[in-house]
Amino acid sequence: MKAIAWRLASVAVLAGLIGLWALVANYKLVSPVFLPTPARAWTALWNGLLHKDLAAKLMGTIGHMLGGWVVASIVGVALGALIGSSKAAREYIGPTLEFLRPLPASAVIPVAIALFGLSTKMALGVIGFGAIWPMLLSTLHGFAATEPRLGEVSQALGLSWFSRIWKISLPSATPDILAGLRLGLTVALILAVVCEMIGGLDGLGQYVLLAARAYRSADIFAGVILLGLVGVVANAALSAIEARALRWRAR
Amino acid sequence: MKVFRALLLPALLILLAEIGARLSGPSDAIAPPSAIAVALVGALADGSLLADTRDTLVSAFGGLALGAALGFVLGLLLGAAPTLDKLFELTIEVLRPIPSVAVIPVALVALGFGYRLEISIVAFACVWPLLVLTRAAVRSVEPRLIEVARALKLSPYDRIAKIVAPASLPRVFVAFRLAAGVSLVVAVTVEIAVNPSGLGNGVMTAGQALRPDLMLAYLVWIGLVGYALNASLVLAQARLFGRAAQAEAAR
Repeated sequence: MKAIAWRLASVAVLAGLIGLWALVANYKLVSPVFLPTPARAWTALWNGLLHKDLAAKLMGTIGHMLGGWVVASIVGVALGALIGSSKAAREYIGPTLEFLRPLPASAVIPVAIALFGLSTKMALGVIGFGAIWPMLLSTLHGFAATEPRLGEVSQALGLSWFSRIWKISLPSATPDILAGLRLGLTVALILAVVCEMIGGLDGLGQYVLLAARAYRSADIFAGVILLGLVGVVANAALSAIEARALRWRAR
Repeated sequence: MKVFRALLLPALLILLAEIGARLSGPSDAIAPPSAIAVALVGALADGSLLADTRDTLVSAFGGLALGAALGFVLGLLLGAAPTLDKLFELTIEVLRPIPSVAVIPVALVALGFGYRLEISIVAFACVWPLLVLTRAAVRSVEPRLIEVARALKLSPYDRIAKIVAPASLPRVFVAFRLAAGVSLVVAVTVEIAVNPSGLGNGVMTAGQALRPDLMLAYLVWIGLVGYALNASLVLAQARLFGRAAQAEAAR
């Protein structure tokens, strides 16, 4: 009961802030060129979804994000597992990875453009490159941090290399892998938007930038609201997966 | 021995890249590492690289200072006052997942090109790590310290300034380090996407001028700047907080 009451109060605060936004915009305290009223942003959102190509742009962004993320997940987790399960590989490859990690992924966009042109391939390459780091490094860490005694158990049981990975290391690294997947998806969304802005690829990034160039503030806000929504849904979906996959840990 | 193992892979990669680039002939996207080194030295000597670095760092640090200060204060408030935290829960849940780059068009229309555009977007991105981690740090302050504050009859302001803030500082610094990494990434991203200044613009321009050697030199330099920033913050953390910081890192 109490939790519901707090939730309602929290909804009321958000509604109050939107009301404040409406007041500021209605009385033109900020020029309407910069700040549309909530009503105008809402209309632009529905109008865009129903009568213009906003829905297609939304699907474009989701497609870029998921496409790059899936590729990066598979490669990142596989590489992380390989490197993480061997001490020698960790010592030789680890430092290079640590050096590359802080590199802003968006800085490789010009290189990707020179390689692939302004194409979807360019976007997928950049998103894949950027999103792979969190997954690779967290998987690596998860595999490296497997309890040594479990390794001894697997030796005593005479497990093969494959079943040791599958039955011991992978379950023990799952929390790290899931955290990496979640971080990777956030990175993938950001890079998808940037690639669409620069490459003019069909997506919300291109939509909001074009709206900014034309000073259509209502359309900008409609696009930003949708992008926020994509972020919320993506995060919630992964949280749900995480909660399910890690149920065994709560016990 | 450890250093040798760490350096072996990069040395091999550079050698392979040199041979590969020389064999494949001139290209718009790839240059041999020797040519990249020459371009890097050239850009350093004529001052263009350093001027771009200054532009990027001014924006990154400006936004970091603004966003981190705001996030820290909000985190302290929300952590110390659970009522406030519950009231603003939904508002934060709605705002936080908005990808920082989605704010670009909004800020572009309102502020135009320049430092202010970049600083405001970097600030938006830096608020969240500080807010979330400060809030968590304040909540987990040793309860006995709070009892001490109560026994001393400290005013709420004194309780925060003298007990809560110092006790949560080691964890807040970890958040600051994270945010510093974010600030550089976001600054370069904004420069690549829209703002014509700084290192991001430098990579973009070199790419468009079909100078792969200069473009990759910029990329290497951005990597070095990111690495140096992170390394110096790790060092500062060890110096400022010593064992407290190590305990935090292990948590």
